[in-house]
Amino acid sequence: MIRLINVTKIYAGQKEPAVKELNLTVEKGECCVLVGPSGCGKSTTLRMINRMIEPTSGTILIDGKDIRETDPDRLRMGIGYVIQQIGLLPHRTVAENIAIVPRLYGWPKEKIKKRVDELLELVGLDPEATRHKYPAQLSGGQMQRVGVARAMAVDPPIMLMDEPFGAVDPIARNHLQDEFLRLQSLMRKTICFVTHDINEAIKMGDRIAIFNRGQLVQHGTPHDILSNPVNDFVRDFIGYDRVVKKLSLCRVEAIARKDFGVIREEELAAAPEIMKRQQAEVLFLVDRGGAPGGILARKLLEKQSAALTTGELKELAQRARKAFIQEDALLRDALSLLLELSVDHLGVLRGETLCGMVSLADIRQYAAGKEVD
Amino acid sequence: MKWSWERFLEALLERAPLALLIHLRMVLVALAIAIIISVPIGILLTRPRLKWLGVIILNILNLMQTFPGLAIVALSMPILGMGFKPAVFALTIQGLLPIARNTIAGLYGVDPDVMEAARGMGMSRRKVLYEVEMPLAMPVILAGIRTSAVYVVSVGTLAAYIGGGGLGDLIVAGLNMFWPDFIFVGAGLGALLAIFFDRVLGLVEKKFTPLGYSTE
Repeated sequence: MIRLINVTKIYAGQKEPAVKELNLTVEKGECCVLVGPSGCGKSTTLRMINRMIEPTSGTILIDGKDIRETDPDRLRMGIGYVIQQIGLLPHRTVAENIAIVPRLYGWPKEKIKKRVDELLELVGLDPEATRHKYPAQLSGGQMQRVGVARAMAVDPPIMLMDEPFGAVDPIARNHLQDEFLRLQSLMRKTICFVTHDINEAIKMGDRIAIFNRGQLVQHGTPHDILSNPVNDFVRDFIGYDRVVKKLSLCRVEAIARKDFGVIREEELAAAPEIMKRQQAEVLFLVDRGGAPGGILARKLLEKQSAALTTGELKELAQRARKAFIQEDALLRDALSLLLELSVDHLGVLRGETLCGMVSLADIRQYAAGKEVD
Repeated sequence: MKWSWERFLEALLERAPLALLIHLRMVLVALAIAIIISVPIGILLTRPRLKWLGVIILNILNLMQTFPGLAIVALSMPILGMGFKPAVFALTIQGLLPIARNTIAGLYGVDPDVMEAARGMGMSRRKVLYEVEMPLAMPVILAGIRTSAVYVVSVGTLAAYIGGGGLGDLIVAGLNMFWPDFIFVGAGLGALLAIFFDRVLGLVEKKFTPLGYSTE
């Protein structure tokens, strides 16, 4: 657990404090993202935790112990540190770079060698091919993987990451973020993560701390912050698409309804009647194996002047054959699909089988912050 | 002034070997002292606490560099007398600046992000200096030593005026006696020695360039 109590930092020769009377707690095993515009004090805060910068006043505790009681070099050896520029030693191979902190601890050679290979595998690099390369021979994404591996070398319980994925291209960044989340779900380290990108903060953070001008403006879960921004600054910082962003916090399965009606092709003629009887908005057309083939919506049926033949009904249902989404997709993706197809309902799939349904109204209700009944 | 092959051979075969040896010894001793003084100065002046001093010392060294080589050689005589010692003293002074300047430039040139990462991992300042800064600055420092060596070899010919001996003896004798062959042997061997130092130190430089820099 990291705890900052009344921490203030005023740089020499400056009047305004870079960080002002900050109180912040990062719980054990939690990823806390510090986010804000440049110059807001987020990086200064991060660098005070490993004493790269000494606070002007205030106290920082790690697991209840004042960090001033530990020698700075010792303290840093026990904290993983990743920076945007990575800072791999250019004259050392990948393996030697990862081995830096283990060597400071005086690990035996064999143990270091084993650990290096283990870490390279962990961050998705082939040890055989990468071990002996020099940093200049790697791509940006590969370099940052090595940077992360290096920070995790002695398995420190705490990691400090200063815009770790800021310098890689968007595709590699997305990939690195996903892998980082996978690793974090396994390791549950206590992480402080600095970024200026609110989307990254929402994606990576268990909690988000929004900074402005050296002060903590709001601290809470992504859901909290998106639902109840405390002031205009936070609202502006999050952006006008606040609600859409909130939809990326939730997976379809969380709000999918389990009570949905299905109909087979041979029963299609009776569809209007079934709908009326079941009070159903939609019926999902399924084949004999239960695989979905389309959706029949009451709204569309009611628009028709005359009764439709089975063939016409089938054709109508099949127009919505693309209106299905996997249950682990994000609500944001579901909304996008609803808008794209101009429909009100989506079938929710687990693999190939239909397991629920989600409607525009459900998503709207979630976005408004109310519970779906 | 007449060229004589007889004297030429005498200069080359009888006088030159000893002169070359003396010259070489003078240059190597002066260069070694210059390195021992300049590199630590360069390192000290790049430490955060002493940065303010850097500009001052660098200016003093710059000033010393503008003194003509002959003037320094001449000035060291009244202080240290005649012979090997004053010659080495004068050459050392001449050799200091390029090494100190390149040491400072080389250390300043180390990527601050690399230092930040190294410090952030818990490497002590001393470890960062030995394992990060010095290896990365080494090519630039060696280039300074190379410049200095070539310089010291050529200024070394002036040492003859204060009894330092070396290839300058042949040149001075040739000038006094109007013997172009002596001058040619002294000057020619001096030039060859400078080229030799330049080439050898060039190879050393290449060897000390960190691998990560040469593999693109």
